[in-house]
Amino acid sequence: MNQSEVAKQEYALLVEQASPGSKVAGNCLRAFLVGGGICVVGQIFKNALLALGMANDDASLVTACILVVIAVLLTSVGLYSKIGKFAGAGAIVPITGFANAITAPAIEYKKEGLVLGVGAKMFVIAGPVIVYGAMASVLVGLFHFFMR
Amino acid sequence: MKKYIGRQTVKFANPPSVLAAASVVGPKEGEGPLCDFFDVVSPDVLFGMESWEMAESEMVRRTAALAVQKAGLHMEDIRYMLAGDLLSHNSGSNFGMRSFGRPFFGLYGACSAMGKGLGLGAMLVDGGYAEYVLASASSHFCGAEKTFRFPLELGTQRPPTAGWTVTGCGTVVLAAQGNGPYITAATTGVIVDMGITDANNMGAAMAPAAVDVLINHFKDLNVGPSHYDAIITGDLGFIGRDLLLALMDDAGYDLHKNLGDCGMLIYDRAGQDVHAGGSGCGCSAAVFAGYLLDRMKKREINRLLFVPTGALHSVATVQQGETMPAIAHAVVIENK
Repeated sequence: MNQSEVAKQEYALLVEQASPGSKVAGNCLRAFLVGGGICVVGQIFKNALLALGMANDDASLVTACILVVIAVLLTSVGLYSKIGKFAGAGAIVPITGFANAITAPAIEYKKEGLVLGVGAKMFVIAGPVIVYGAMASVLVGLFHFFMR
Repeated sequence: MKKYIGRQTVKFANPPSVLAAASVVGPKEGEGPLCDFFDVVSPDVLFGMESWEMAESEMVRRTAALAVQKAGLHMEDIRYMLAGDLLSHNSGSNFGMRSFGRPFFGLYGACSAMGKGLGLGAMLVDGGYAEYVLASASSHFCGAEKTFRFPLELGTQRPPTAGWTVTGCGTVVLAAQGNGPYITAATTGVIVDMGITDANNMGAAMAPAAVDVLINHFKDLNVGPSHYDAIITGDLGFIGRDLLLALMDDAGYDLHKNLGDCGMLIYDRAGQDVHAGGSGCGCSAAVFAGYLLDRMKKREINRLLFVPTGALHSVATVQQGETMPAIAHAVVIENK
């Protein structure tokens, strides 16, 4: 087999032609519907909490907690992976996706024990989000502090 | 007596016979079009065990025991066991075979493991180093996902080019004497790397390796594709198969009439949501041990070129941006 750079470039073109891409339009629509649906559910909880007399900030916090608990439950009974397969980014981007990203490895690595399994592996997917999310918030905070 | 021929082929003087074969698969494979050809379809993806890793080993153990039983032998008769899988350190095979107490060689060739096992096993038998050799290859969808991709319950989408790792094991017993079919030749593949970096498109990484071993096989034995009733690759899947055909056309070999692929045979692509088709060591191993040998026994195929294919990357090399090397081994199986 000719493995020269030219042959590799020609092969890359052939592979691109032969490999079907994802169905972007359908995926976007499903992501919009499910992601939007999750937000609507969150808004319903928040409105209910506000109607019960809770302060706005507290209601937002409790709503996030409720959504996380629901996502953890759905992950543990094997339903969130199905929602994620259907909705793609629509199920990953909301806070429920974050909960799923922590619960899924916790379940997967249970057999390796509570310390090196669940404890260590729980953040294997969500860890980067926490690291770079915290870093971004520090940078934005500094920017805000000096630009005030 | 010289038994090697050409660049990388061996032609056996006393072709070893495939004495018996066994295949054990998981529930999804049991819903596929080849369900009737497998010896055991486990309804339980855990095979009664507590982890994916031990599930695969239990599957390996059961398949080996069944193959030896079908051969009418005892485990003590087996001189060497050759086995490969996809888990870290070949642990699916190591733990699966540990209770048998027979001389063991673990093989890592990713999904090409069955081709490697058949070729080396036939060399051991024809070389006079063993009367009976067992060759096995296995993979488990859940264990492979855990090793190479994401936790099962993570809500993600798979790209259309991704394959579906087969939960299955295929084991054959090779013997110095027997009624066939016989392993008459084997071409060992070289590592081919055509610069593919997408671990979700393994068919594209492996197709050039299959092309390379096929062309060298044809040249070494001075035969063409029409010499075989069927040429069955391991787990190129739908995309890899198309790429292989295009590359072989360019090289002047017409495989359109008799090419098949285990990854395309094992699942119903439309009904089972497997995207590019089946993959994993167990894919070619179970299809060979279950389906292909059955067709040879019925004499629907009398001369088979079996070409399991494997992608030789690791999680670390993919994350480091390295390209994906691949390999394929060609084994000729013939009826008398």
